[in-house]
Amino acid sequence: MKITKETIEHVANLARLNLSEQEKEKLTLEMASIISYVDKLNELDTEGIQPTSHVLPVQNVFREDICSQSFDRDTILSNAPSSEDGCFKVPKVVE
Amino acid sequence: MEYEIVIGLEVHSELATKSKIYCSCTTEFGGAPNTHCCPICTGMPGVLPVLNKNVVEYAVKAGLATNCTIAGYSKQDRKNYFYPDLPKAYQTSQYDLPLCKEGHIDINVDGKSKRIGITRIHIEEDAGKLIHDEWETGTLVDYNRCGVPLIEIVSEPDMRSAEEARAFLESLKAILEYTEVSDCKMQEGSLRADVNLSVRPKGQKEFGTRTEMKNLNSFRAIIRAIEAESQRQIEEIESGGTIVQETRRWDDTKGMSYTMRSKEEAHDYRYFPEPDLVPIVLEEEWVQKVKESLPELPEARKNRYISQYALPEYDAAIITSSKVLADFFEAAVSESSNSKAVSNWIMGDLMRILKDKDMEVQDIPFPGQYLAAMIDMIDKGSISGTIAKKVFEKMFQTGKDPESIVKEEGLQVVSDEGALVSVVRKVLEANPQSVSDYRSGKEKAMGFLVGQAMKETKGKANPQIINKILRDELK
Amino acid sequence: MELYQLTAHELGRLIKDRKASAVEITGSLLDRIEKLDSSLESYITVCKEESLKRAQSVQDKIDRDGPVSPLAGIPMALKDNICTMGIKTTCASKMLENFVPPYDATVVKKLYNSDAILLGKLNMDEFAMGGSTENSFFKQTKNPWDLERVPGGSSGGAAASVAAHESIFSLGSDTGGSIRQPASFCGTVGLKPTYGAVSRFGLVAFASSLDQIGPLTKDITDCALVLNAICGYDSMDSTSVKTDYPDYTKALVNDVKGMKIGIPRDYLGEGLNPDVKRAVLDAAETFRRLGAEVEEFPLPITEYAIPAYYLIACAEASSNLARYDGIKYGYRAEKFTDLLDLYRQTRSEGFGNEVKRRIMLGTYALSSGYYDAYYKKALQVKTLIKKGFDEAFEKYDMVIGPTSPTTAFKIGEKAENPLEMYLVDIYTVSVNIAGLPGLVVPCGKDANGLPIGLQMIGKPFSESTLLRAGYTFEQNTEFHKNKAEI
Repeated sequence: MKITKETIEHVANLARLNLSEQEKEKLTLEMASIISYVDKLNELDTEGIQPTSHVLPVQNVFREDICSQSFDRDTILSNAPSSEDGCFKVPKVVE
Repeated sequence: MEYEIVIGLEVHSELATKSKIYCSCTTEFGGAPNTHCCPICTGMPGVLPVLNKNVVEYAVKAGLATNCTIAGYSKQDRKNYFYPDLPKAYQTSQYDLPLCKEGHIDINVDGKSKRIGITRIHIEEDAGKLIHDEWETGTLVDYNRCGVPLIEIVSEPDMRSAEEARAFLESLKAILEYTEVSDCKMQEGSLRADVNLSVRPKGQKEFGTRTEMKNLNSFRAIIRAIEAESQRQIEEIESGGTIVQETRRWDDTKGMSYTMRSKEEAHDYRYFPEPDLVPIVLEEEWVQKVKESLPELPEARKNRYISQYALPEYDAAIITSSKVLADFFEAAVSESSNSKAVSNWIMGDLMRILKDKDMEVQDIPFPGQYLAAMIDMIDKGSISGTIAKKVFEKMFQTGKDPESIVKEEGLQVVSDEGALVSVVRKVLEANPQSVSDYRSGKEKAMGFLVGQAMKETKGKANPQIINKILRDELK
Repeated sequence: MELYQLTAHELGRLIKDRKASAVEITGSLLDRIEKLDSSLESYITVCKEESLKRAQSVQDKIDRDGPVSPLAGIPMALKDNICTMGIKTTCASKMLENFVPPYDATVVKKLYNSDAILLGKLNMDEFAMGGSTENSFFKQTKNPWDLERVPGGSSGGAAASVAAHESIFSLGSDTGGSIRQPASFCGTVGLKPTYGAVSRFGLVAFASSLDQIGPLTKDITDCALVLNAICGYDSMDSTSVKTDYPDYTKALVNDVKGMKIGIPRDYLGEGLNPDVKRAVLDAAETFRRLGAEVEEFPLPITEYAIPAYYLIACAEASSNLARYDGIKYGYRAEKFTDLLDLYRQTRSEGFGNEVKRRIMLGTYALSSGYYDAYYKKALQVKTLIKKGFDEAFEKYDMVIGPTSPTTAFKIGEKAENPLEMYLVDIYTVSVNIAGLPGLVVPCGKDANGLPIGLQMIGKPFSESTLLRAGYTFEQNTEFHKNKAEI
């Protein structure tokens, strides 16, 4: 798959990253080289092979529907860069 | 040209679990901002989710009650997008292997029955709440709702009118209430819907381009949004324009919708299997047990009311449309042999009072048994129908039983002949014209005189006794 | 001999015999750190006062009840991606420079319950992404054997602190070799447990399906002691496995007679440093001499492990690291125009280059139209890799091979070529993909006197087999006695 500057810009937007022109150029080259290496996987015929997302056969892990004490609000907010009135604060969201 | 509206709904319903989907914080509505939170539901570094058992059971119940196939093997996936109400920047949801699929609900519009397909039901987590303050420069974020379990019910695009959409939602709401999967409190956001809508010239096979309207949280808003959006689309097409596939936001105060996200910003959610959660594998035996535990569903109850209590289909449908109301009815008929009167009181005075007082069925402050007691008093002649109406109002105000109200307010029927004779004489004196009308053979005048006597006693007189005295006096 | 030079089990003996106190031992380590760490730079945070306070309270407890746990009073340190309540957990990233977790990771709770003493938090590659600790936002940890060389990574601080006696043992995390490769580079023992054997609750996620916490220790006995303390089912981690966890000290038996050992031929091919190859083959010979059956076997899927690994790891990382957005915790850019710009600016300034590169790769692999070609394909290759090992373990009790193609390289030597840096993980990533345990023990030195680690791989939950083989190897060789002169 060909990696172009547009690809990089699109992916950077999805990942919420700002890239300088220089970073874009560098990443285009690096990603192209990594992707062409990764394309090596196409040598393998995986037709009909089940993808494995969980390596160990564990299933049905549940917790009982029981409440416990929530955390203190000050603790929840203690690492927030900006907070107000018991809430996290962000720049005005326009919907 | 005549157009046909095509509607599909995505309904989000909050499950009635005690704790959140992946942590043990409470799901209770309200609370000061960020007080129902822990590191897990606020997405702090290093935390891991563990699925609430009841979320699976409730979703399966909803699936079984809507005739879905329950998946033997199901998994959870991450839906990735950035938004301040989503602390992990991904919503744990289900993508290609939902818990339930391929079900249906039968609805009834204008006396015609119609089957609406259910594509799927999957589990997912709710997001937080953004608090916008018009005067402020920023937006505040409250994560109390974060991680409250939801099911998303996706319908097939089978509805063709706002009425059908409303009927579908009402049926669905009733089912979720009956199964106790959700409390469906719309004002608290426990039930909300996204509307997918397109229009096409009547007769055309292909669907038109659809728009999606987000997060409508009242039946009224849904109906209005459907009407406005279908109108907008038709006008757009009529004026030579084309419909753009987009997400629109409904503004209920302005009565119009507007573009939320343009197509260019179309989301690429990068779904992938949630590595922190393991597959859900449901044994048929377990599913069968859940199925057997399902309560009687609205449709079945409606049919039973028709056959067991001889209710008209319309009345039965209204009463069973809400579980609380049906339970109220059931409580009343359990103590009354006059089921017809119970149904009439519910369909008439009860509905009117709820509407006048802007109350919900669950706000009725007395049990159905009290209604039965009141009807019994009417049937025994210890209160009149007129008095009963007053008593019923009082029951709504005070929540007290009818006997106490009648006693406290002195509303007992006066059956003492001696006391009533003077009332009757007074009435006859005041209405010589009616007396002579009666004597000249106009039976109708008797009704008027009885009414006047009842009025004089403020409805407390036993009408049979009044009747008898009148006839005696006029002989 | 100084107290800091001893192993946990040696110190445990002294504590039990009342010949040394937890306070003395902790003091000895703190002095060592103070003297050495300005040049070694293995710590991001040293909790001097808290550790002395804790040592005192543990000693009081020992005086009262005797040492209840073998780790009672033993000073240790944690990789800085393991959450510690009230103590900064930075992941060596500007993004989390001031992040103080409000909770303890499960392994931390377990170690506190064992009365181990936390000395501090260790340097690493940012968010555990890298193999040299060069990607730390804060500092460059050096290799104790040669200060011009890298300690390996991403658990570079964890390996260097143990090798340089700045901690008695440490915990690292291993997503693609991040415990084993630095253990090999620094000449310590390092264990990546079976996926699901040690709770990940409180480990800041890099790639959730691959991450596993494990110990770095001075010898195999310590490894067994620490594993005993940290493994086990945890209801807070859905991927934690409910099974009977044995007492791993029972595996410390000097005997490998009859053990069947396989060496993947594909682990000895092109690109492998001849000194490393010789050391591995010598180790094989040692096992043979001690009565094990050793033979080579083909594992051709090996060459596909790296691309599959980077796709899976980066895809998961792109999602796991999306939460760092400047809203709830961590760094927030100073200048931004609106919400979208706040996200972008915060993430661009808060993450280092390698992290951004992997987020980009992972986002690309999951994005619309590429999922099947990359992510799904990688998960299919995962199936094949697992199958390859399943087949090997039908014949062998254990698989051995090199840990890394080379010994510790010079700082800056590979920093310019990311792909080249990825390729050195060739012998370690398969173990994570297949969820297997992997144990590294020192097995020799190269021409420059740098340590070489032998990697031993077992079937799921066969840590006892690996420890037994490692213990036998240790008892019959002198490699573990070589210490960095620093």
